[in-house]
Amino acid sequence: MYLAAALAILITMVLALIRALSGPSVYDRVLAVNLFGTKTVLLLSVVSFLYGRTDFLDLALAYALINFIGVLAVLQFFESRERSNTDEAQGQ
Amino acid sequence: MMAQALDILSWAMLLAGATFVFIGGVGVLRMPDLYTRMHAASLTDTLGTLLLLGGLMLQSGLSLATFKLLAVAVFLLLTAPTATYALANAALLAGRLPKGTTLPEDFKQ
Repeated sequence: MYLAAALAILITMVLALIRALSGPSVYDRVLAVNLFGTKTVLLLSVVSFLYGRTDFLDLALAYALINFIGVLAVLQFFESRERSNTDEAQGQ
Repeated sequence: MMAQALDILSWAMLLAGATFVFIGGVGVLRMPDLYTRMHAASLTDTLGTLLLLGGLMLQSGLSLATFKLLAVAVFLLLTAPTATYALANAALLAGRLPKGTTLPEDFKQ
């Protein structure tokens, strides 16, 4: 049962990777990477039970924290870049 | 008897969660534009996460692992909608609109 769940999560991660590679915009890529990160957390949790090593759950928790901060930082970067672009356009 | 019932329940939750996660992945790949993709990803994300982690919690009983799983679940449930909101906000500010819609006349950015 753990194996089936782990396989489903792995297939989903491949689908998210295809979306991240094919784009078309940067927001699609961020969305796919965010999905990939969430699925990594789930995969770590399931694998920790699959192999009976529940200390993997600490890794899952740490990865969830890092992933969230990373996505927010990337979005903030693109948002502020867009803002400065529109400001320049209006300033002309 | 009780343990068997818990086992069956947790298996069902794991399978349902895996199915939802898979549906979310297909939605992200197949949906026509950014906002529908976001919709597919975020909705199935929260439900799939809850079901999968809930199933694991039922398997581990009352232990430290359950508490860690609970922490992961709470954190994911707090951050996933926040990340989706930030993504939609950034995309809308960048001028991307949902397919087939236009901005109202008096809209100011």
